[in-house]
Amino acid sequence: MEASFPMKQIMDEEGRLVDPSYQEQIDEKLVQQLHYHMLRIRTFDRKAISLQRQGRIGTYPPFEGQEACQVGSALALGEGDWVFPTYRDHGATLTFGADMVRMFLYWNGRQEGCVAPPGKHIFPAAVPIATQILHAVGASWAEKRKGTDRVAIAYFGDGATSEGDFHEGLNFASVFQTPTILFNQNNGYAISVPIERQMNSKTIAQKSVAYGMPGIRIDGNDCFAVYFETKRAVEAAREGNGPTLIEAVTWRTGAHTTADDPTKYRPSGKGKDIVDPLVRLERFMKNDGYWDEQAVKTLQDKLNDEVETAVKGMAEFPAPNPEDLFDHVFAVLPPQLQEQKEFYLEFLKG
Amino acid sequence: MAVISYIQAVTSALREEMQRDEKVFVLGEDVGKKGGVFRATDGLFNEFGDYRVLDTPLAESAIAGVGIGAAMYGMRPVAEMQFADFIMPAVNQIISEAAKMRYRSNNDWNCPITIRAPYGGGVHGALYHSQSVESVFANQPGLKIVMPSTPYDVKGLLKAAIRDNDPVLFFEHKRAYRLLKGEVPDEDYVLPLGKADVKREGSDITIITYGLCVHFALQAAEKLAEEGISAHILDLRTVYPLDKEAIIEAAKKTGKVLLITEDNKEGSIIGEVAAIIAENCLFDLDAPIQRLAGPDVPSMPYAPTMEKYFMINPDKVEKAMRELAEY
Repeated sequence: MEASFPMKQIMDEEGRLVDPSYQEQIDEKLVQQLHYHMLRIRTFDRKAISLQRQGRIGTYPPFEGQEACQVGSALALGEGDWVFPTYRDHGATLTFGADMVRMFLYWNGRQEGCVAPPGKHIFPAAVPIATQILHAVGASWAEKRKGTDRVAIAYFGDGATSEGDFHEGLNFASVFQTPTILFNQNNGYAISVPIERQMNSKTIAQKSVAYGMPGIRIDGNDCFAVYFETKRAVEAAREGNGPTLIEAVTWRTGAHTTADDPTKYRPSGKGKDIVDPLVRLERFMKNDGYWDEQAVKTLQDKLNDEVETAVKGMAEFPAPNPEDLFDHVFAVLPPQLQEQKEFYLEFLKG
Repeated sequence: MAVISYIQAVTSALREEMQRDEKVFVLGEDVGKKGGVFRATDGLFNEFGDYRVLDTPLAESAIAGVGIGAAMYGMRPVAEMQFADFIMPAVNQIISEAAKMRYRSNNDWNCPITIRAPYGGGVHGALYHSQSVESVFANQPGLKIVMPSTPYDVKGLLKAAIRDNDPVLFFEHKRAYRLLKGEVPDEDYVLPLGKADVKREGSDITIITYGLCVHFALQAAEKLAEEGISAHILDLRTVYPLDKEAIIEAAKKTGKVLLITEDNKEGSIIGEVAAIIAENCLFDLDAPIQRLAGPDVPSMPYAPTMEKYFMINPDKVEKAMRELAEY
């Protein structure tokens, strides 16, 4: 099966194009865009870890190492498409247009953090594993029924492929030929369980065979492979050719969350030979004459400012409204809940 | 007004809502060409086509989950679980996702899905075609659970459920499908969710129940009336969230309360009804609150005598009512 699903690579770890047929499509604009977003979300991610350590936000799941997956796939989408993220995909949603202040708010425990900018079809991040796959199938089915050419992308990890909802979702999507991109980030571990204990299959991509849909295995640390293969799947879906399963093989550099210690279960040295996706892109940029030391420094300063401003935005965001605890359970507050709300507000008065 | 069966009221509500709003669509197992195993969606496939009446793969979590995705998109899905017993694989989708969507998105998203399922026993359905599952969902804020007792209520409440902007579980008693007939207006109407309904005025004892048991109580009340015992019957209609005000009013009216459910006794809806009465009506009560329910065994057996023992019936209700009246 591994032979049937070879890992697609456009750029190798040294930053050299291994598939010259992409030479023309990889232009200055694309390179700078990928680099900008990957650096931007890394700056966000590292800041978030630091904020968690300072007790300024809650438990946080870092995505470092997965930037190529998240940026490459998000940039392959169109403006009106739908994004169904998990809790580790805020790199993708930030790239797609989610608001950074809201993102920090979310990780600070604020429900307001789930609110997407107007017109942006970003669902609230799914915390129960694999549930969002079915939502993506449902929403994209609705687009198909409506006759639009919009698609939905569902993000999920390697652990999610063991869940029933993954299999039900792939089956439903293929039976109804929904315009759904099933984007798997195989980062090697589901919390502490390595992929070889998660499944006996050699690849995740091969699971597509069982559902009669195209499947592809890509080097998830190669931002070009992620971008072009996601784009291909998006175009196929837009043209009415149904869903695609993408397995992007990547690596979770850090812990599952800030409450996790991977040294307890991950052999020391494992993954150390993996070239970071941002480093790989930088090597490419240096090899191909896109690297401008000063410009990158200026960009990093700009991104630091953006992130600091967003942190400030989070800190200055109005305090939670106690009424929100009750008001958003139903469209119309039922009498019992009204009673409980009044009791609580009375209690707050002291 | 036409006289139609309980199941015809389901079909009629679905058809009219699909005609009224093209965002309404039906999905579930065998709901298309076959028209459902009980024929609740009979004729809809021919009238509306396969884009609005979807025969889905045999996967309940997908039925709920795809419905949720479509509902959040802006559609009005009516998902059918073939039997309420089969809803279990979809519990994660219903409780973790549908129920919490509005809340966790700070009101940015909502999930207007209706999930219908035939529940209840007395049809030789055995363990996996007889269960009452409402209590599984009845402490999950964000959900509404409707369990109608008459064709009139079925139609008005199902339409209201479909038009509601939040997820609604709509449980239909499968024995009531063809057993119960009633008058239903020809014109469009909806009934309010969250409101109980007095099905019979009375002054000696109060019965609070829902679904098929309402009929057992009405039959028993007729008999007891001949003996001069006057029963007041409140049909909960929406079992979650409960209509607290109507429950208190009904309990205070007679001071003697009998609560009935076909579900297992412990942890059932009527336990919460009892708590509401205990909290609010202590000095209005003239007798301890009584509960008549299914036994606390895993499910309703098939063997006729066993099934009969498990099921609520008019005789059991009559006995419980008489004992309470004589207390």
